[in-house]
Amino acid sequence: MQLARVIGTVVATVKNDSLEGRKLLVVQTLNKDLQPSGKPLVAVDSVGAGVGELVFWCRGKEASFPFKREDTPTDCTIIGIVDSDAHVTNGPRARWTGRTNE
Amino acid sequence: MIIARILGTVVSTQKDERLLGKKLLIVRPVNVDGSDTTGYVVAVDTVGAGFHERVLVVAGSSARLAQGMKDAPVDAAIVGIIDTVDVPNG
Repeated sequence: MQLARVIGTVVATVKNDSLEGRKLLVVQTLNKDLQPSGKPLVAVDSVGAGVGELVFWCRGKEASFPFKREDTPTDCTIIGIVDSDAHVTNGPRARWTGRTNE
Repeated sequence: MIIARILGTVVSTQKDERLLGKKLLIVRPVNVDGSDTTGYVVAVDTVGAGFHERVLVVAGSSARLAQGMKDAPVDAAIVGIIDTVDVPNG
């Protein structure tokens, strides 16, 4: 799973039937400092995220698990909304143990 | 999923029987602003997309989950034709 910022929306009227009714959003993946890294992707939304929100997403076959898992062709799904940027801590600021600033 | 543009078609007569009747298209990934990137992917079409259209391409084992692709040996499938991409600050 990775963090990303929702930066836009995609409209596609003609879709594979198994994607009917799904919301598509453009997400920009972020590094641990919440800076953009890599190219934007199109993600299926499973939690009701909106443009500008900080989210985390899942790649691969597991991305279909929030939906009918054998019927939803997605390799990138938003599976959670992060409460705020301040809720992402890493390195010395992290309160939980066992994790270091790489 | 990535946004891609259809560059061309592939014709293959001798192929796995689970791919019979499936349309194969060459697609090139594009940026959200519509500009081309490099490289290409051969993807199976599930929506009836045509030349130069912008489409949604799902890659990896998830491509197999698209309707009509069950158990097909496929790692890239076109699952949508894009009408608009709206990126407010992009």
